[in-house]
Amino acid sequence: MRTLRYREALREAMFEEMRRDETVFLMGEEVGFYQGAYKVSEGLLDAFGQRRVIDTPIAENGFAGVGIGAAMVGLRPVIEFMTWNFSFVAFDQIISNAAKVYQMSGGKIPLPIVFRGPTGAAKQVASQHSHSVDPFYTNIPGLWVGFPSTPRDAKGMLKTAIRTDDPVIFLEGETIYNVKGEVPDEEELIPLGKARVAREGKDCTVVAWGRPYYTALSAAELLEKEGIECEVIDPRWLRPLDMNTIIDSVSKTNRCVVVHEHWAYGGPGAEIADRVQRDGFDHLDAPILRVSNLDMPMPYASHLEELCLPTVERIARAVRQVCYREG
Amino acid sequence: MSSHQGAAGVQEPLEVFRVLRDDGTLDPEHDPGLTTEEVVEIYRGLVLTRTLDQRLTALQRQGRIGFHVGSLGEEAAILGSTYAMRDTDWIFPCYREFGSALMRGLSLQKFLDNMFGNANDTVKGRQMPDHYTCREKRWGSISSPVGTQITQAVGFAWAAKIDGKDIATLTYFGDGATSSPEFHSGMNFAGVFKVPTVFFCRNNGWAISVPTERQTASATFAQKADAYGVVGVRVDGNDLFAVIAATRQAVERAARGEGPTLIEALTYRMGGHSTSDDPLRYRGDEQLEPWAARDPIERVRHHLTRLGAWDDEREAACIADVDARFKQAVAVAEQTPPPPLESMFEDVYESPPWHLVEQREQLIQGPRAPKSH
Ligand SMILES: Cc1ncc(C[n+]2csc(CCOP(=O)(O)OP(=O)(O)O)c2C)c(N)n1
Ligand SMILES: [Mg+2]
Repeated sequence: MRTLRYREALREAMFEEMRRDETVFLMGEEVGFYQGAYKVSEGLLDAFGQRRVIDTPIAENGFAGVGIGAAMVGLRPVIEFMTWNFSFVAFDQIISNAAKVYQMSGGKIPLPIVFRGPTGAAKQVASQHSHSVDPFYTNIPGLWVGFPSTPRDAKGMLKTAIRTDDPVIFLEGETIYNVKGEVPDEEELIPLGKARVAREGKDCTVVAWGRPYYTALSAAELLEKEGIECEVIDPRWLRPLDMNTIIDSVSKTNRCVVVHEHWAYGGPGAEIADRVQRDGFDHLDAPILRVSNLDMPMPYASHLEELCLPTVERIARAVRQVCYREG
Repeated sequence: MSSHQGAAGVQEPLEVFRVLRDDGTLDPEHDPGLTTEEVVEIYRGLVLTRTLDQRLTALQRQGRIGFHVGSLGEEAAILGSTYAMRDTDWIFPCYREFGSALMRGLSLQKFLDNMFGNANDTVKGRQMPDHYTCREKRWGSISSPVGTQITQAVGFAWAAKIDGKDIATLTYFGDGATSSPEFHSGMNFAGVFKVPTVFFCRNNGWAISVPTERQTASATFAQKADAYGVVGVRVDGNDLFAVIAATRQAVERAARGEGPTLIEALTYRMGGHSTSDDPLRYRGDEQLEPWAARDPIERVRHHLTRLGAWDDEREAACIADVDARFKQAVAVAEQTPPPPLESMFEDVYESPPWHLVEQREQLIQGPRAPKSH
């Protein structure tokens, strides 16, 4: 095991896959000479040259479409969005095209492409730069969606995403690029659609990914002192969802809180809650609660931004409520 | 002035339009005819803009504000073009044009209230620093995704035209934004409907770390106008007088119903992309030298000094005045409290739906607040 930062783990995944497979290349804004807006692609231009690490003009729809074209002839593009906020310019290419080419061509044209980049609120970058795009892309059949929370998963999941023959939306937490964690020395591929139990506990299942994964772990520590044992589950893949792991946990704890940094209206947070109430109804001793962003465009002022996001306090309160320790 | 339209085939790069000569005199054929007092007034605006840039960068380094996106080296392009627009015309900004907003009448205090995101900020602490608005001075709102203001400026001018109002719009954007779909849609639409919009491209050489030659294979940005049946001109963006003359011609053309103009102002981003950027990572200081020698503010100063209308004493007094006003405005902005909690529930909709009311009550009174459903 080695200790790596989340951003370094992502870089290693790309580096290893590019070395292993000539058809893999990276394209996006500032990925080459600038080494990536968040330094995820640092060193890749030096290692692979301008043929495979490509700086593009500022035209997200353009390079998304160009990437899709390249994937149609069998290359395996990794398309970086400087942030997922700017992917909205490329929505048509991703949703109307990437997600549908394989199906529309009667299965004749596979599309092995990965779209990746940071998502979620960073620190004080206001509404247009703070979107959590999880709900938008998880809604689309034809796309797989991954969102690693730890360096180990970041590496193993990105490698899987690059080797998958379907288009993959790969979401990275903008605020967790610096998080350190252990990564195995040997190659590891994290299978598509497999969740991970991050912390065991018998009283309440807490499902969380991205930044709120860490907030949920802090809440679990706080609650432990109050005698409440949380079982924290990181779904890792938001499409397909590993409901078996989540339902297994709920069958033990009989309670479930879903924490997510996206708005409450729909999205994977609502999807998980819906599946738990349908498939785990008999196990439940309390309504499923969700802790989400407040329903408004993200404000800039830091004290307001903090309140908009899931906090340790709000998560702890929801857990106490489902455990009937608080009204 | 060099301008051309609709000609077929490959063309020589357009000539660069200049008025202010190296010796500080003006080319009489294209002199926009400002009085010396008017030039002095604009010059004060240029000094204000540059001094604020330096002071705001220092505030950011001290951690007192979070961010600043400056206009070092591009002041004449920005102030000259805004000056040339009529008061009734609207400005659709990019993000680097605080000098334009101040020239239009945004108060220094309101500007700083936005930089601090305090309770008096016009946009109520919701946007990043340098994302102010000044509707009453017909100066739009700033949108972060590159290029979005371009089509909006076209829509605004087009609607005014349909309404029979003599209003033009000027929209600012960078060289990088010419790659965005908004630029192409906006130019095309404006060409087809002869919309009174001035497309003002600040070609400052860079889009963050990407130089213009990796942004486009065209020899110039102005020539892109041809493809859309739009007039394209190239002007020395570090020549205040050329920028004013070219922009005036564009507004006059718009007012005559002859449609849009694309102005490519050749200038240079002398600072980083923003305070979050370190330009030494991708360019050497030696690249700045030729541009430093053609500093837009120095050139106006040289012109005024020659006329006996400016000297070191007036320069020092001007900067001292800016500093005093700046200090005062910062003190007020820093003492003003942050926006109140309740304010964040406002303006999502004209009146808040039940679930926002519920979220507000829970936040203020705690989870035991009565549910509204
Ligand atoms: C759609 C979109 N993509 C990417 C970005 C990130 N970004 C912000 S400014 C910028 C460069 C813009 O360069 P240019 O248009 O030349 O304007 P300048 O900053 O030089 O004034 C980029 C890529 C963005 N804000 N929006
Ligand atoms: Mg530029």
